Amino acid sequence: MFMTFTILVIKVDPIQRSVSWRWENMVMVGVGSFFLSFLWRYAMARKLAGNKNMAEGKILKTTIIQRLMEDPKLFRPALIFLAVFVVAFPFIFSHYQINIMTTALIYVVLGLGLNIVVGLAGLLDLGYVAFYAVGAYSYALLNYHFGLNFWFALPIGAGLGCLFGILLGFPVLRLRGDYLAIVTLGFGEIIRLVMENWNEFSFGPSGIANIPRPDFFGHEFSLQNATIFTYFIMIGLALLTIFFVNRLQNSRIGRAWIALREDEIACQSMGIDKTKTKLTAFALGATWAGMVGVMFAAKTTFINPPSFTFMESAIILSIVVLGGAGSITGVILGALILSLAPEYLREVREFRMLAFGACMVLMMVFRPQGLITNVRRVYKFEKSPDSKKEQNL
Amino acid sequence: MLRLNNIKTFYGNIQALDDVTIKISEGEIITLIGANGAGKTTTLMSISGLTPPRTGEVMFLGEPIHELSPNRIVTMGISQVPEGRRIFPHLTVLENIDMGAYLRSDKEGIKKDIEYIFDLFPILAERRGQAGGTLSGGEQQMLAISRALMAKPRLLLLDEPSLGLAPKVIRQIFDIIVQINTEHKTTIFLVEQNANLALKVADRGYVMENGRIILSDTAQNLLSNESVKKAYLGI
Repeated sequence: MFMTFTILVIKVDPIQRSVSWRWENMVMVGVGSFFLSFLWRYAMARKLAGNKNMAEGKILKTTIIQRLMEDPKLFRPALIFLAVFVVAFPFIFSHYQINIMTTALIYVVLGLGLNIVVGLAGLLDLGYVAFYAVGAYSYALLNYHFGLNFWFALPIGAGLGCLFGILLGFPVLRLRGDYLAIVTLGFGEIIRLVMENWNEFSFGPSGIANIPRPDFFGHEFSLQNATIFTYFIMIGLALLTIFFVNRLQNSRIGRAWIALREDEIACQSMGIDKTKTKLTAFALGATWAGMVGVMFAAKTTFINPPSFTFMESAIILSIVVLGGAGSITGVILGALILSLAPEYLREVREFRMLAFGACMVLMMVFRPQGLITNVRRVYKFEKSPDSKKEQNL
Repeated sequence: MLRLNNIKTFYGNIQALDDVTIKISEGEIITLIGANGAGKTTTLMSISGLTPPRTGEVMFLGEPIHELSPNRIVTMGISQVPEGRRIFPHLTVLENIDMGAYLRSDKEGIKKDIEYIFDLFPILAERRGQAGGTLSGGEQQMLAISRALMAKPRLLLLDEPSLGLAPKVIRQIFDIIVQINTEHKTTIFLVEQNANLALKVADRGYVMENGRIILSDTAQNLLSNESVKKAYLGI
């Protein structure tokens, strides 16, 4: 109330040379913050109660989605409904909506890719967008110079992303935590600056235009159909990623990543090659970014360096953190929220970023582990009959 | 089986080990005792390759291993239980044990070894689905030992297994250590602060002070050695 006093209550009009006192605003701010503080207290109390329940050993399944995931009776129809919705989506909604959704899907895949690096291996990567740029530029340039089509560029982009991941990985994997974050941040900026300034190679800030959209065995679509087709490719790519990351998470190497995140020394005394394991995480994460980069170039048909600023990296990272590091459903949900919300919040224009920021702050207070906490795979044993009870903690 | 020949290990510019020479033969239980900061843990880390020695050599089964990376050393059959247990708190007990078998690929053998470990530590079998971090200190130590055993080591390096445990639990763990040694002929190199207990189970012992080995003898003799008694046994 006191902080906003000078802004909201006193209005100085320099032209009229008058000072007006808007006392009613002060009352509004007072009443508003009064109720907000109650809401805040209530939420905090609930959180505390939740903690207490956890301590007493009651497992609280707070989110609907978690419950959905665990009960096959609910899970299957939900999945079918989702599949139908996804397939029908482009035929129900407008061109604009499909485009937004494709972008959201790009973020889903990017989020899942970064999830390998940040969520599973615990390496904070702030320059993830660099690999994305590598993919996008590799398609754009290969197409410009050699007329390579989308389907050939996709694996090449992925491969180049992977290569750059390894290139960056080698020198920086000795670093940990904050230092790693700074170096990756630097790397992200380097790629962008090179693209911006090396005119002969990347056409500088003017970017590359007229990148062809994906074709279907040489058949090119009209704009409307191409959008739909791109949407479906993106769906396919997202599914592939989900499948792959899911498998990866429960594999030997996935386990090694999680273990490495928890304790490096123990891992080494277990015979896990630290460098190789971390490098794999980096390379795999970068591969996905490279692939999606190609997709991005094909979707927008125009790329230039400002598409790959640090802001992008930050958004992708917030997707992972907001969704719940390590959890696939969480990351998908996070990606959808973070990429769709700004679009649909256009109505409230200038408050958009404010609302966005407020959401993030609230999230960190009430669900610091992300929207959906990673539920690790549960192993069952036939041997002891009462083992089921002991699982899942 | 294992020989450390005049190794010197440094942390940056700080010398932690000076001319350490240790010999371990197959099937023995060797203990290394000493005060805080004497260099006991560093000795173990020099063997397992986590902080490789700057000079000197480490020979295992006749081959030099001081230049190999830690994962190669584990492959050769040296497995370490790190100080302070260092289990993976968010992995389940079974996953923790499984991590120990990271370098093995014989599924049947792994299964059999897990059964063996559950026989050795029945409490772990009960808690296999629980996250490692929720175990008590003693259970965590058992888990750490099990995890190291899963690599089928020929030489097991134990770093202060008694750290922060109740006397009763310590005794239980030491019994198991002896059992592992007799049943599998696993050679054991035990680093301990609890000199009394360590010397009772060991065949031979080394006493370390300020990065140097100052005494080495059979465990029996060390137990009755006047200066050892005074400095480490508190008698």
